[in-house]
Amino acid sequence: MINRSNRPVNRIEATFERLKAKREKALIAYLMAGDPSLQETEALVLELERAGADLIELGVPFSDPIADGPVIQKAAERALRSGTSLRRILSTVSALRTRTQIPLVLMAYYNTIHALGEEAFCRQAVAAGVDGVIVPDMPPEEAGPLEIAAAEAGPLLIFLLAPTSTPARRAMVARRSRGFLYYVSLTGITGAKLTDVGDVRKNVAKIRQVTNVPVAVGFGVATAEDAARVARIADGVIVGSAIVRQIGEHQHDPRLPEHVGQFVRSLKNAMHSVSAPTS
Amino acid sequence: MTTLPDKHGRFGPFGGRYVPETLMPALIELEQAYLKARGDRRFQAELNAYLARYVGRPTPLYFAERLTRRLGGAKIYLKREDLCHTGAHKINNTMGQGLLTRRMKKQRVIAETGAGQHGVAVATVAALFGLTCEIYMGTEDMQRQALNVFRMRLLGATVTGVEAGSRTLKDAISEAMRDWTTNVRTTHYILGSVLGAHPYPMMIRDFQAVIGRETRRQILAAESRLPDYLVACVGGGSNSIGLFYPFLADRKVKMIGVEAAGLGIESGKHAARFAGGRPGVLHGTMTYLLQDDDGQINLTHSVSAGLDYAAVGPEHSYYHEANRVQYTSATDEEALAAFDLLSSEEGIIPALESAHAIAEVVKLAPRLAKRQVIVVNLSGRGDKDVQHVARIKGVSL
Repeated sequence: MINRSNRPVNRIEATFERLKAKREKALIAYLMAGDPSLQETEALVLELERAGADLIELGVPFSDPIADGPVIQKAAERALRSGTSLRRILSTVSALRTRTQIPLVLMAYYNTIHALGEEAFCRQAVAAGVDGVIVPDMPPEEAGPLEIAAAEAGPLLIFLLAPTSTPARRAMVARRSRGFLYYVSLTGITGAKLTDVGDVRKNVAKIRQVTNVPVAVGFGVATAEDAARVARIADGVIVGSAIVRQIGEHQHDPRLPEHVGQFVRSLKNAMHSVSAPTS
Repeated sequence: MTTLPDKHGRFGPFGGRYVPETLMPALIELEQAYLKARGDRRFQAELNAYLARYVGRPTPLYFAERLTRRLGGAKIYLKREDLCHTGAHKINNTMGQGLLTRRMKKQRVIAETGAGQHGVAVATVAALFGLTCEIYMGTEDMQRQALNVFRMRLLGATVTGVEAGSRTLKDAISEAMRDWTTNVRTTHYILGSVLGAHPYPMMIRDFQAVIGRETRRQILAAESRLPDYLVACVGGGSNSIGLFYPFLADRKVKMIGVEAAGLGIESGKHAARFAGGRPGVLHGTMTYLLQDDDGQINLTHSVSAGLDYAAVGPEHSYYHEANRVQYTSATDEEALAAFDLLSSEEGIIPALESAHAIAEVVKLAPRLAKRQVIVVNLSGRGDKDVQHVARIKGVSL
């Protein structure tokens, strides 16, 4: 087993604990790093924090993103065209760390990490100030090398569960996930439409039976109303495509961060009005 | 060597299952269903009956006497997969997976296609078994292979163009995986080559190994000995692994896999993964890939759509590192010359994919003694490529 006893409290864990004490839910905002440029990403992260985001997920663009729908695919293409790479994203994170302590999680397809090397990635990510990493095409079965590299000093490895996951997989994945557990709300790709919140509630309840790690729900959360509904069920609400779509629409607007900030503020306000019982 | 992959779907360091969690239960279910079918004599008997009466197996092993004389060296045999129903080896796999789909009680199949041969083979078994069928194809490939697009539609399939990325096979696979992720409960994804997450590379190899099993019997009957060389083209690598697999334990049988060198390795416009790539993960498997320093997948080029892909089957990566198979490459120009040569010398128009294997034989045979034997897999026929080649030659039809 992995020994984590001497690790200082991670920003992700601290944030979920702080929110839990206030009986609030975490708003997790996803951006594609480098869309439309890394400079804009820096401005967006700071603005989204002001707008009420509790945690930021930074997508690492990949040429062949199999888990993503068209909105995030196009954002990845824009980010790659602007010269974005994992190395440059880590520099951006370093720069951000002089200005914010918001938890930062990378969402990276496995090949971008493998190309840098699992050990080098973990070392550089932690040094830059990355708190966690989500690898959408890496189930726990294939996580060995990255898990070993991350065991000592981080970042936290966050795994995903889906509506198709079997009870045995729920237990196994929940045991391995650190920081929080990412529940994929629907059988599909990012940006699809969330229709069955009742099904999400049932599955989150089943996950809670096997773990105390906070559960965040993503895929298909697009509106303030969706965010409010999911906030009643989960510890965190992840909004990706809906934010990325706003960025795509306002990419040439000098007031891009303000536009996106306004949207994120509406999500957070909707979640505030929810006072849900904690588990 | 022949007991691979291990229970994690690994061929040494290669293979595995790098897919979103949503697909993991389906892959495990597929593995269980396949292993059960593999051990079931009724399934095998049913598959063999379709292969014999519908596909037209066994395919001949033909001694290419004029080509042999022309090249002046080793005896050249052609394994005539081009004579399979639908014109290529692809149907060996789609027939197996089609029967498996019925067993799993799924009503819909999806697939990707590059040259269109796999798409046609999937649409064919979907028609045969009454399954709904959707084929994803890059719009660039739809142009190159317009005839196969029409064939798939005739067979009742929906052909969906993919506009993303390079608009070729790579993007068609990504889109098929997205469809599968969304419709996994009702749909089986009939992957076309020994690629993707476990159990696909193992299962597709097993379905294609009929090529090598027949070849072994046929060459022993013809020559009373095993061949010195086996030669096949390698895109994803299903026709080559199908030929090689039953000979792996025969250490004296040398094997050559031929990749697409496109405009030449040095031009950067090619699909030679072993010459220009390094290990990484694409579409669910760890294998040799054409990628840049940051792990972004490179665009590839080949005159042949079926070889135009940035990754190679993980089992090939294993044989490459184990030095069991030698991987070479042939340029567009060499393949086109071989296409002409086989057409005029033997009266057989090869698929442009298979022409890459012939191009290797053109280099290899003259260096060998007359008593030596080469078997080359003629994986498909060239009818689908005739218009494309005419365009290249500047001939208007």
